[in-house]
Amino acid sequence: MITFKLNGQERTFDGDPDTPLLWVLRDFEKLTGTKYGCGIAQCGACTVHLDGTTRRSCITPIATVEGSEVVTIEGIEGKEAEAIQKAWVAIDVPQCGYCQSGQIMSAVSLLQMTPKPTDDDIDGAMVGNICRCATYHRIRQAIHNAADTMEG
Amino acid sequence: MTLHTITSTRRSFLASAGLVIGFTLAPRMFSAGASQGVQAGGDSALSPMNAFVKIGADDTVTVLSKHIEFGQGPFTGLATIVAEELDADWSQMRAVHSPADDKVYANLMFGLQGTGGSTSIANSYEQLRKAGATARAMLVAAAAEEWKVPASEITVEKGRIKHAASSKESGFGAFAGKAAAHTPPAEPKLKDPKDFVLIGQELPKLDTVSKTNGKAVFTLDVSADNILYATVAHPEHFGATVKSFDDAEARKVQGVVDIKQIPQGVAVYAENTFAALKGRAALTIEWDLAKAETRSSEQLTADYEKLFAEKGLQATNNGDVDKAFTGQGVQSLEAVLAFPFLAHAPMEPLDAVFIRAADGSLDIYTGAQFPGMDKSTAAKVLGLDPEKVRVNTQITGGSFGRKAQFGSPYMQEAAAVFAATDGSRPLKHMWTREDDIRGGYYRPMYVHKMRGAMDADGKIVGWDQTIVGQSIMAKADLDETSVEGASNLPYDIPNLRVMSHNTTLVVPPLWWRSVGHTHTGFAVETFVDELLEKVGKDPVEGRLALLTKEPRHMATLKKVAEMAAWGSPAPEGCQRGVAVVKSFGSYVAQIVEVSIGEDGSPRVHKVWCAVDCGIAINPNVIKAQMEGGIGYGLGAVLFDAITLAQGGKIIQSNFHDYRSLRINEMPVVDVAIIPSAEPPTGVGEPGVPPVGPAVANAWRRLTNSPVRRLPIVNVLSA
Repeated sequence: MITFKLNGQERTFDGDPDTPLLWVLRDFEKLTGTKYGCGIAQCGACTVHLDGTTRRSCITPIATVEGSEVVTIEGIEGKEAEAIQKAWVAIDVPQCGYCQSGQIMSAVSLLQMTPKPTDDDIDGAMVGNICRCATYHRIRQAIHNAADTMEG
Repeated sequence: MTLHTITSTRRSFLASAGLVIGFTLAPRMFSAGASQGVQAGGDSALSPMNAFVKIGADDTVTVLSKHIEFGQGPFTGLATIVAEELDADWSQMRAVHSPADDKVYANLMFGLQGTGGSTSIANSYEQLRKAGATARAMLVAAAAEEWKVPASEITVEKGRIKHAASSKESGFGAFAGKAAAHTPPAEPKLKDPKDFVLIGQELPKLDTVSKTNGKAVFTLDVSADNILYATVAHPEHFGATVKSFDDAEARKVQGVVDIKQIPQGVAVYAENTFAALKGRAALTIEWDLAKAETRSSEQLTADYEKLFAEKGLQATNNGDVDKAFTGQGVQSLEAVLAFPFLAHAPMEPLDAVFIRAADGSLDIYTGAQFPGMDKSTAAKVLGLDPEKVRVNTQITGGSFGRKAQFGSPYMQEAAAVFAATDGSRPLKHMWTREDDIRGGYYRPMYVHKMRGAMDADGKIVGWDQTIVGQSIMAKADLDETSVEGASNLPYDIPNLRVMSHNTTLVVPPLWWRSVGHTHTGFAVETFVDELLEKVGKDPVEGRLALLTKEPRHMATLKKVAEMAAWGSPAPEGCQRGVAVVKSFGSYVAQIVEVSIGEDGSPRVHKVWCAVDCGIAINPNVIKAQMEGGIGYGLGAVLFDAITLAQGGKIIQSNFHDYRSLRINEMPVVDVAIIPSAEPPTGVGEPGVPPVGPAVANAWRRLTNSPVRRLPIVNVLSA
């Protein structure tokens, strides 16, 4: 039996301990905002926050999450999250939208650590998140805009 | 939607048909938070004005989109067209996918329901203007009746119906039910485009909010009580079939329910996705390669090049090409270009959910690009009356052409997986990224042989192009999609010959965002650039001189040259390259600024883009499609190839060796839209073709070495 905190609530899991966190979230917890894209930590669609930092849930066995705190797109909150989501909406970042939960989780984490990121900071934080629609141009702009609103 | 659990009677009934699978675990209770699929056609409580417009008592206007929303913006674009003629306020607009219906919801350019060829706006424009205007007339008629005033005195503005003389005013909702009962006018009056108030505005997209909070429901998110999860083990060679398999280890995996052979491979059924994947990995399968493709990509290229010597299918033959090359003082240039297979790799791999209702009818949730075909295919595989199958198209994680397949081969597999069960449990079938990258339906491999003749005055007098590759349309004669963009070369060259050879492979081909233009655009735009360089002409001025009969090409090219300050020196270490391509009725010109990166590969800093797509319905969406098309095309031209190794095995498998452009590689993009009163044309694909050749042209100037083989960067050796 594995016990962890999910979006502030205590949860348990008693299935196969090899099960990646991604499939625990999606199939068992029915939190489907976190997406499958590659299964090998190459695309970032499955990004969640684990104990306050970004984690690719597709390669994170649930056994290693014992006692940890997991936050998904459904549970994200705080001034960075609010600023990022508002900035995303303001300039219509998403196209197909499938990767955007992961993009937003990475972007929120970036602002939590670096409130005023440079383009290089953005590259460093976001390079692991693939967007096949290539919304990168707007992702970059939205992160800068979000940082500006947090400052003001 | 009816969600039901297994009943023993139903199970034994279906078991008698030999299609039962075992159940080892008790059904889990359906969690309240689970995503239910979105039913096609919108809420039944809404009042339908016609097949495309429904109005709610709460004043909301729901547009039924016959086109799939997978990122190119039809929900927003189609709703804008309706809202314009309906005089609605943008805030009241909603969009949902229409049901599958090849007649009512036919793409007027295809004759059946389908999204592709950048036609969503182009084919719907007049149809949805009429749908909006009809609904408006019906609302006005209902108000006139209720208020007992002449309809001609009623005005509609921003979602409010008004009669000034009597100071009466109402929203749409109050009259929706009554309006629906009115006879729609046969020929509603449409606005003069100069009076448009919504078309041409940068309205916010309708699907943005749900795509920033995790709430948008994609097919992979659709769940149901007691759902089964299924994956299929596929061969590593195209054309291979299952000879035998051993599932003893797979059946030991916790959560695996059953394993079945289906025509496409071996299906693993499980209580959750991970168990299905773990079970699949534990299978031992012996494949029969008797009918498989066993040649390597290298061998295929060599085999293709041999066809240059043979007589092909004639696409174009103007003037006298052979003579043009033998004229006095004529110099010539020859090049052979090779293009690899390309996977589409949409973020959401192929998937479908099947839920049988208590009455025996079936709901299918999937990213249906040809919904009618998916419906008839599923019905056929499952032995159901098509009337009992509802295809509910879901918001979909990209496609780029991947989900538009004649004969619905993906649905054949997914339905076969469901058909091999007793049908009592809902089922989700998903492909993994490996299935996707190795799944075929690629942009085919092509080789082009190019010959150009320039006379003593530096005029390009002859163009001779031969294109070898698979016919996407599976034609024995000329396939226009193999030669489009070359056979109708925009450049005014008196002697033009374009020939084509169709090849036959078991590797299934498919259209990939911008289809033939993915390779013809590259071939034409790099070769004309080289010819112009040879005769000492400027790439922009030289093109303009050859485009005097093509005013829209000229205008986009001039605009992009102005945006990039063409002629001014490029930044230190950079070179610029240009390309202009008309595809799907839209004209796109791009100029790129490129340097040599630290790793020796191209670094694209900036792209200027001018687009003429007729009337711009939503400039925000058009710009987004240009930005996205540029990023998609750039990633492919820099990094992407699907390669068959010696023996025919597919080398690539996932995003580590089938590279996608990443944020640090995305150039700054600046888009300008050419004002136009022409009917609107598409933007989903036309942003793609110019970027590759523009980068290659800059790269040639940087390195003095032309790009003859794609991708530019060899990922496998990098």
